[in-house]
Amino acid sequence: MAETLRELLSEEELLGFFEQMVLCREFEESCAEQYSKGHITGFLHLYTGQEAVAVGCTAGLQEKDYILSAYRDHAQAIVRGADPKKVMAELFGKATGLCKGKGGSMHLFAPELNFMGGYAIVGGQFPIATGLAWGSQLLEEDRVTACLFGDGSMNQGTFHESLNWARLWDLPVLFICENNFYGIGTEVHRASAQAALHRRTCGYDIPSEKVDGMDVIAMYQATKRAAEWVRERQRPYFIEAVTYRFRGHSMSDPAKYRSPSETDVWKTRDPIPNLSRRLLEEGIATKEQLEEITKRCLARVEESVRFAEESPWPEDAAVWEDIYV
Amino acid sequence: MAQLNMVQAINQALSLEMARDDRVLLLGEDVGRDGGVFRVTEGLWERFGSERVIDTPLCEAGIMGAAIGMAAYGLRPVPEIQFLGFTYSAFEQLFAHAARLRSRSRGRYSCPMVVRTPYGGGIKAPELHEESTEALFCQVPGLKVVVPSGPYVAKGLLLAALRDPDPVLFLEPTRLYRLLREEVPEGEYLVELGRARVARGGNSVTVVAWGSMLERVLKSVEGYDAEVLDLLTLNPFDSEAIVKSVQKTGRLVIVHEAAKTCGFGAEIAATVAEEAILHLRAPILRVTAPDVPVPLAKLIDHYLPGAEQIRNALDEVLQY
Ligand SMILES: Cc1ncc(C[n+]2csc(CCOP(=O)(O)OP(=O)(O)O)c2C)c(N)n1
Ligand SMILES: [Mg+2]
Repeated sequence: MAETLRELLSEEELLGFFEQMVLCREFEESCAEQYSKGHITGFLHLYTGQEAVAVGCTAGLQEKDYILSAYRDHAQAIVRGADPKKVMAELFGKATGLCKGKGGSMHLFAPELNFMGGYAIVGGQFPIATGLAWGSQLLEEDRVTACLFGDGSMNQGTFHESLNWARLWDLPVLFICENNFYGIGTEVHRASAQAALHRRTCGYDIPSEKVDGMDVIAMYQATKRAAEWVRERQRPYFIEAVTYRFRGHSMSDPAKYRSPSETDVWKTRDPIPNLSRRLLEEGIATKEQLEEITKRCLARVEESVRFAEESPWPEDAAVWEDIYV
Repeated sequence: MAQLNMVQAINQALSLEMARDDRVLLLGEDVGRDGGVFRVTEGLWERFGSERVIDTPLCEAGIMGAAIGMAAYGLRPVPEIQFLGFTYSAFEQLFAHAARLRSRSRGRYSCPMVVRTPYGGGIKAPELHEESTEALFCQVPGLKVVVPSGPYVAKGLLLAALRDPDPVLFLEPTRLYRLLREEVPEGEYLVELGRARVARGGNSVTVVAWGSMLERVLKSVEGYDAEVLDLLTLNPFDSEAIVKSVQKTGRLVIVHEAAKTCGFGAEIAATVAEEAILHLRAPILRVTAPDVPVPLAKLIDHYLPGAEQIRNALDEVLQY
């Protein structure tokens, strides 16, 4: 029997989830527009559709816990507390960006927020997450490292190496797979011998579960439970968050490999309307309240674009900074 | 003759060779149904089927290693790695195995495969999607490294690489994919590996470049009596052609978009110092990117060698 939302979370927390998801959605839509205008260059991978994963999982962690992600990383950074203005400026390549405008969309980094990086190399983050967890355990710092990654990355050697380590040495890593069913144009079942991804951890004796990644509440509950389990037992755990990206892999991908009807079906499971429906049904918020929140998010996104536009370019000499001490 | 861009020219070379030799097969991430990230293999899956155009899981080391096994078995695999920056996890397979199979088996095995990958600047993404680390691969004995500078040579070099008995790394400058069109004969023709090409004759300074820098160099040298050599193959490179040109001009400028330190320009400069130092009338100059990670957006213009830097170097050696 499903619990009511009120039994699970405070009104403030619930509206907070809604606001964060809307903020991420609007941010990504705005990025798409800025990319078409040529203000954002290079590769741009948008998170549209997957918002419940970043929002739910971040809420289920403690602030001191580390988060690492792949390159589809704007939402993770923003939900963790990165200022959307700085993130947008980073995507523009402006000096005021989160990483001084030198790394762009795929390499966001905010160690001050315990956001330990977006990684453009698929599978690059696995061993690093394992090493961070090793460090926190050795120094007895009571910190969980959450490592987010896509379904496709589970076929990289580093995935297997890291799961083995994490269990061999019993390290506090929470592996969270964002299974959106595609690695660019390749569906999971064309790339993974075992398409039930959460079952792939059995070779490493790591417990795992499958979670509805289109449901922010489910994502939150599962992450919270798992993170506390990891923290207490100092052992790795694995969550497969089942989700879907509504847009192409990146802005240059027309996504011809999947049918519009498939996308349409997934859009009926859009995490944002799904949460707003429940909020309304359970009388937690009014329509006006939700509209108000949406407006606020839009304003923040517009402000971030303005900030990015008005910010200065980095000085040429900036390329020499931060290479060595 | 058809006017083709480099994507079309490479596609044509693959297609011709696959039709001629059924041992040739392609493998890589999304090379099949999706036609590759830059659409270089478009239409080949439809034409040759999924046994010869293989969509692989996302695992570069696995792709490279499987290709080595196939090559040792007698097939002619053409693995595609989506960007040069993604070959690093496969470097072990390439460096430690592909390039050594011949010597390790004392000549009884060889590894005829062509690793294709886009490289260098051009799409304004930073770091790993934009870098030119070709020199790393030039220190691998047994591996050939080839860099086309336009559609015509791309097709001929690729056909030559596909018929070469040893492993070849074929670096496709991303910036050139759709930048220019050239007349490209429809049928097959070979551009010999290991030979540089005189892209422009001249007498007072030799400029050596390759890949996407060639186009920039050709534009920059207008008004100078410069001889421009298009290196085409970096390993083994045509030192003879360079030395011969320097003996005539007495001056050498090397232009590459890779970082300066241990870039391939250093090897060329050292070779000329060894073989033609007494012909030099000015110091050898290198015009390169700085020793920093490739930055984003506007900074990329500062990072890549531009016309002004190239002309400054020419003036400096000419007025020395
Ligand atoms: C080592 C490496 N290989 C290939 C790529 C190119 N690439 C970027 S994302 C991607 C697909 C990844 O799929 P998945 O892990 O499912 O994540 P998603 O994009 O679906 O979020 C590929 C092949 C890369 N960035 N790094
Ligand atoms: Mg995926």
